[in-house]
Amino acid sequence: MEAIYAFCVGILTTCGFFLVLRGRTFTVVIGLTLLSYAVNLFLFASGRLKLDGAAVLGRSAEYSDPLPQALVLTAIVIGFAMTAFVVILAMRSRADQGNDHVDGQIPEQATTRLNISDKRAG
Amino acid sequence: MSHLPILPILLPMLAAVFMLLPPLSNSITRHRIFAVSVMVLLVVASALLLLTSHQQGTQIYVLGGWQPPFGITLVADRISTMMVLLTSVLGLCAQLYACAGDDKDGMYFHPLFMFQIMGVNGAFLTGDVFNLFVFFEVLLIASYALLIHGGGKQKTKANVHYVILNLVGSSIFLFALGILYGTIGSLNIMDMANKVPLLGEHEQALAKSGGLLLLVVFALKAALLPLHFWLPKTYAAASAPVAALFAIMTKVGVYSILRVHTTIFGENAGELASIAIPWLWPLSLLTLVFGAIGVLASPSLRLTTANLVVVSAGTLMLAIAMQREAATSAALYYILHTTLVTGALFLIADLISKQRGKAEDRYVIARKMNHSTIIGIAFFIAALTVVGLPPLSGFVGKILILQAAEGMAEIAWVWPVVLLAGLACLVGVSRAGTTIFWRSAGDASSDESISKLKLTAIALLLVASPLLVVFGGPIIEFTDLAAAELHRGSAVIESALEGGKQ
Repeated sequence: MEAIYAFCVGILTTCGFFLVLRGRTFTVVIGLTLLSYAVNLFLFASGRLKLDGAAVLGRSAEYSDPLPQALVLTAIVIGFAMTAFVVILAMRSRADQGNDHVDGQIPEQATTRLNISDKRAG
Repeated sequence: MSHLPILPILLPMLAAVFMLLPPLSNSITRHRIFAVSVMVLLVVASALLLLTSHQQGTQIYVLGGWQPPFGITLVADRISTMMVLLTSVLGLCAQLYACAGDDKDGMYFHPLFMFQIMGVNGAFLTGDVFNLFVFFEVLLIASYALLIHGGGKQKTKANVHYVILNLVGSSIFLFALGILYGTIGSLNIMDMANKVPLLGEHEQALAKSGGLLLLVVFALKAALLPLHFWLPKTYAAASAPVAALFAIMTKVGVYSILRVHTTIFGENAGELASIAIPWLWPLSLLTLVFGAIGVLASPSLRLTTANLVVVSAGTLMLAIAMQREAATSAALYYILHTTLVTGALFLIADLISKQRGKAEDRYVIARKMNHSTIIGIAFFIAALTVVGLPPLSGFVGKILILQAAEGMAEIAWVWPVVLLAGLACLVGVSRAGTTIFWRSAGDASSDESISKLKLTAIALLLVASPLLVVFGGPIIEFTDLAAAELHRGSAVIESALEGGKQ
């Protein structure tokens, strides 16, 4: 179980960081969302993984640490608010700058490449 | 024992909420009166808190009566209360300045401003790393909104970078907290400090990576070298009162490094003692160098000031890297000085740019300023202070830091770099002054007047500098005590864990 769990968190984090490093705001927002999923899973695991362990005493033979669950809850709420904000900001930036690049302008090289592919498509 | 320690968080929070409700929500005049009176109250409350913690020792406020290390605590010791008072004073001045008209550029300036103050105060007062994260988020989300206050292309662009960087920073913060909780088993700073030396060998490596991840996050906030590129553009794009308030934001990062890497991973942490120091030394020196180059290369006063913030962050980190009581004390004195003066410089830059028409605050020949005498005097005082020339507070702060380095092997690096960076700042700031005030063409247009409120705000910030020198003795005594408290924290740790009182 631990291996699969660690693998999932790792994959999510890697994809998140890869997407955050892209140039368009949309992919960056998706990357940030993936990162926050990874972080939530990671925090959850910091109380050790346990099967059938209730977070309340006396409900099961083994109990699990309730604190990481509280932390995850807080992190989810905050992450949700931040994602909402960044989505709105990305739309505002698209409207203000006229494009969806994080730097507000599409770099030279990319535009020429785009034009070429447009011509090919045309 | 009263509820005093929580007031610096509660007051701005309630004020912000009230300002969104009907009797106050529609009128900017009511907003202004209410906000300024709350800020004055806040200054009084923070000053009282400082006095209490100075005279009666560290105040521990246990929220909801849940005893530490399980409950959430607020720790009002000398350092945190000093930072809270500093925030309140800076906030009051920035707000006075904003009341002269900048708050009308967008909606809800004052409530957002209050939330920001709440977040900053909370980050200083909290005794728990997870709540440090929560308050970071509070201050960040308020700062995101404040940064684009007024709107415009530049602000949106700066804000996109700022928000994305800080969101990634928050994720790393949470990863670090997860690692630390998983290994140490606690998030209360004092409890962590007790448990870190007891870690087993396998857990040590994990805890070390957690601690260093935290350093990355705080370095991002404090604008340490590889992570400082966001700062100059962001601060230069923000509107003046917001930029002035943001002068405290890098100090939140500095304070967190001081707190976490002196209390938890300090000298008593066994195998994990001082894990951040090998990184802090070179990075802080390089930050100083790059900040100084930035000061020399800036094309406008706002960018110069923003780079001066980077220089001050580098200087502070250098003092922290020394890991000595004397150096920490010097850093605390320097924080007081640099926060207030960079705040003032941002406000002065705005005054100048409003007076010079299209040239704004760029270093080009422009029409004469209408009130060049009064602005010139303010600029002169601020420049002397920020560069660190005698007789003002910058000089004292720098001398203290240089003296603290005495007897260390690294002194060969510290002295030349700090002094040369000072020289670069002097050159940069003099160039700014001569271009803006002496190289003008044409007559002044007489339509631009300066509001009294703006001048009051700047005067309040600038008067702090001579006061810091005149009352230097008691202030340094205070910072000495604060630094001793931080470095020899064991007595405090015991008292907090056993006798948490409400």
